Amino acid sequence: MSAWEVMRTAVFALRGNWLRSALTSLGVIIGIAAVIVMVSVGQGTQAEIDKLVSGLGSNRLDVGPGSRRGPGGARLSASSYYTLDEDAAEAIRNEIPEVQYVAGSLRGSAQVVFAENNWATSWEGVQPDFFALEGWEIAEGAVFDARDYGGASKPVILGDSVRRELFGDAPAVGQSVRIGRVPFTVVGTLAAKGQGGWGQDQDDVVLVPLETGRRRLQGSTGLPPGAVQQIAVGVAVADDLAYVQGQIEALLRQRHRIQPGDEDDFRVRNIAEIVATRTQTTRLMSLLLGAVASISLIVGGIGIMNIMLVSVTERIREIGLRMAVGAGPTDIRRQFLAEAMLISLVGGIVGIAIGIVGALLVGRLGTLPVALNGQVIAMAAGFSIATGLFFGYYPARKASQLDPIEALRQQ
Amino acid sequence: MSAAVGTSDSRAVIHAQGLGKVYSPGTQAEVVALDGVDLDIRAGEFVAIMGPSGSGKSTLMNLIGCLDTPSSGRYLCDGEDVATLDAEARARLRRDKIGFVFQGFHLLPRMSALDNVALPMGYVGVSPDERQSRAQAALESVGLGERAGHRPNELSGGQQQRVAIARALINEPPILLADEPTGALDSRTGEEILALFKQLQRRGHTVVLITHDADVAAHCDRVFVMRDGRMHEEEAA
Repeated sequence: MSAWEVMRTAVFALRGNWLRSALTSLGVIIGIAAVIVMVSVGQGTQAEIDKLVSGLGSNRLDVGPGSRRGPGGARLSASSYYTLDEDAAEAIRNEIPEVQYVAGSLRGSAQVVFAENNWATSWEGVQPDFFALEGWEIAEGAVFDARDYGGASKPVILGDSVRRELFGDAPAVGQSVRIGRVPFTVVGTLAAKGQGGWGQDQDDVVLVPLETGRRRLQGSTGLPPGAVQQIAVGVAVADDLAYVQGQIEALLRQRHRIQPGDEDDFRVRNIAEIVATRTQTTRLMSLLLGAVASISLIVGGIGIMNIMLVSVTERIREIGLRMAVGAGPTDIRRQFLAEAMLISLVGGIVGIAIGIVGALLVGRLGTLPVALNGQVIAMAAGFSIATGLFFGYYPARKASQLDPIEALRQQ
Repeated sequence: MSAAVGTSDSRAVIHAQGLGKVYSPGTQAEVVALDGVDLDIRAGEFVAIMGPSGSGKSTLMNLIGCLDTPSSGRYLCDGEDVATLDAEARARLRRDKIGFVFQGFHLLPRMSALDNVALPMGYVGVSPDERQSRAQAALESVGLGERAGHRPNELSGGQQQRVAIARALINEPPILLADEPTGALDSRTGEEILALFKQLQRRGHTVVLITHDADVAAHCDRVFVMRDGRMHEEEAA
């Protein structure tokens, strides 16, 4: 029999008990749909992380304040005080040649007002390398010039979300806005970056020169002169990252006169490490999701096996007759295997359709990122066929090994 | 009667020599079903194998039909030695050499008469179009050309057996093996079926009829009687 004919015979046999066939398919439908949705979610999350990695750059270090013990030994919050300053940033730049960019920064939150519009956002006081480190592009206007960093002028660059909220489609450059009660002049706007890896709006920010921020926006809360909250460091070659991290730690310990054995009052964070941890977590999640989906597929497969075994028993006379008229064990095995595969194939096709719809729904309604691609679908199709083959083989073999004499005698 | 009278055993379509079959050998449940049976049936003969139940005639039929292999002795089915063949090869032999007709018809209930008749051709590789026309012709040759589209449950017992006979003939096997073909039919319908077998014999088919009914056996050219696993007598018809 040709493959086409074997398939037609299988269709005929399955139609004879179509409700049972359909219910058996349902197991595969659920399994395949689950695989598609789960894997799509897993891949979507992974894609988000990849975006995060490329957004932050894998050759970047962040130096922040460390936790310090208070008088009673209680740990104080890391950001509650300032252990870093512009001089430290300069020292990192000058003494570690592998370092390409260094930018100290301060940040805070403020109300930004233009005419009758106002918007609560965060401001960031920055140094020149900040733009290169963060990957900011200027959409309109220009970055701060050397004089702006002196602290006398009050220029501001608006993030895309802030620009939209305050100005809509009107031009922003040259306009005057107030941050808190201080008037600033808009010198530029940033190109939109979109959502960040943690789901935050990266464009909801305004940038001012570091010195201006310290003087005008930080308030008179008694900052040490030249203090910064954080120093971002960019390394020219990503492979040098660990080495530079050690160099920075050594340099700052020396500058801060920390004795061997004492705790650092600063912390160097390696973005790549954070991302790696997160990637690992996501991998684990994908694996678990995949495992859950696979289990439902296995359950579906067992359903196929069960029904095929019942079918072999029910049709034992038919098998005997087919053998008597010349069907060999191979013919019988092929026929029952075809029926099992057809059940799982139909289940697979319907499951793929439901899985695609389900993944799109999750992407639209849920908070989980979803990446649906042809690879996932092809894999699911392959799985469905493999399920039919695997779970259909034993019943088919059992049918093919029947003794035709016994089978014919069965009533 | 046109019984073949050739004497050469090599021209026999069924040639059995010292055929034995033992079930569960070496155990307490050992049963000797066949004990050294010799049998020669030539092409174009119409023979009956008789015997009460338990005489070994079913075992003999299974061996002749290549459904089973003998424990001892030799069986040549149209010249092929069956003893050495595996299940796959025996299936091919059945397909090419044997047409089965059963007491219970054994038609597939969901298929039309035409599809039932066409079934064996699926294992030969005949094209679907040719299958249809050949099955239709076979149905016409047993007088059921009009009933091709009917399902078995829409046909009478005699008609169902005609469909089964058409199916047995469809691959043009040299041997037609009928196991109590009239057992499920009333006597008038049984006569019709026997008349059909005679007709087939005249067209050159070899017909082997297994029965316990002496009236049925009386229609045949030669009658073999099985008793306790032995081919006891051979009476002239």
